Amino acid sequence: MEVHHPTSLPDALRAVAAGATPLAGGTDLMVEINFGHVLPDHVVGLRRVEELKSWEDSRIGAGVTWRRIDEHGPKALAEAARTVGSPQIRNAGTIGGNVATASPAGDGLPFLAAVDASIELASPTSARHLLWSDFFVGVKQTAKASDELIVAVRLPERLPSRQAFGKIGVRNAMVIATVGCVVTRDDDGETTVALGSVAPTPMRAHRAEEMISAETSPSGSALAEFQRLVSEEVRPITDHRSTEEYRRHAAGVLARRLLERCLR
Amino acid sequence: MMVSFTLNGSPATGRVERPVSLLDFLRDELEVTGSKSACEQGECGSCSVILDGVVVCSCLVMAADVEGSSVTTVEGLESEETLNAVQRAMHETGAVQCGFCTPGIVVAATDLFSHNPSPTTVEIKEALAGNICRCTGYGAIIRAFETLAEESA
Repeated sequence: MEVHHPTSLPDALRAVAAGATPLAGGTDLMVEINFGHVLPDHVVGLRRVEELKSWEDSRIGAGVTWRRIDEHGPKALAEAARTVGSPQIRNAGTIGGNVATASPAGDGLPFLAAVDASIELASPTSARHLLWSDFFVGVKQTAKASDELIVAVRLPERLPSRQAFGKIGVRNAMVIATVGCVVTRDDDGETTVALGSVAPTPMRAHRAEEMISAETSPSGSALAEFQRLVSEEVRPITDHRSTEEYRRHAAGVLARRLLERCLR
Repeated sequence: MMVSFTLNGSPATGRVERPVSLLDFLRDELEVTGSKSACEQGECGSCSVILDGVVVCSCLVMAADVEGSSVTTVEGLESEETLNAVQRAMHETGAVQCGFCTPGIVVAATDLFSHNPSPTTVEIKEALAGNICRCTGYGAIIRAFETLAEESA
């Protein structure tokens, strides 16, 4: 087995391009290894790479842990961070790992979709960034090339003034979302609604957004219509965690409650 | 490959041939068995250790990736063969049933009290949210740390 411990980003990128499996917080990869699903013999540990841990304003390094985001992140992303696993998981797991795994239930992903974040990718010879909607292409599938590493998440410089995150699951801690949702609303009424665990990738409920953004002071019936549109737009499945029907209903209710929080 | 790191304040070295977890490496290669192996997916917290100053699940750390790091297990928490404050509180409150989760809870709670000497009940529960007790003996565990928090206040 070959394991690299680079301290600089160029060295890390060279290892990835040479075929090494990137290891960040280990909270996803090690589960796969412990259960015998993968057995990488060439690994690059990323936790010593300072560039990946840097966080400058709207650019969050891929190696920033959920604990740091809980403490310092923008409101709804910090709220999401607080629901990631347990203290042990938040101390290890990173935003870059959440993006790389691209689980439909990734707790950080609805926020990235709600604010139109970009994912920054690099290889030894290239650098590019992709809008979240171009990056997430399917269940645990992304547009990242095999020789690329996720180096940062870029948020817009100006974020909406009101934001709220919510998640439904069977308990408060250590839970994988049955539905996750972020609603943002700006001073001019512009509203975004992003959801997780209700489609193969994080998604936006565009028709609900358009309808509610036009309402300067939404009435009870406007909120009910917003909830109905969200439920209609999501594309959930039935699996071991929940049913399609429950997820569809819960997505609408959760989105409406988060919107109400933003309107208060 | 050989891996060298600091374990409970002393140098430790072992051979790693596969991408095994730090937990398996500690238990099977170094025969330091205080950290327990149960879920192997970061759900139960029975393998909690302190890695470079933060509490993590050692089942989710790759042994080969601790090169040069500092690891503290439950064995490293007692001082001069006496119980630390967290261990003493659990002992006095009877917060141990089968004992399987106890090492992980001791590690997680020691980390909590090192940062926050008088946590609230909510803070105690949040700090232990990743540690499952299969006896469901949470009442006594929480009471032990509430008592310790009151003593420290």
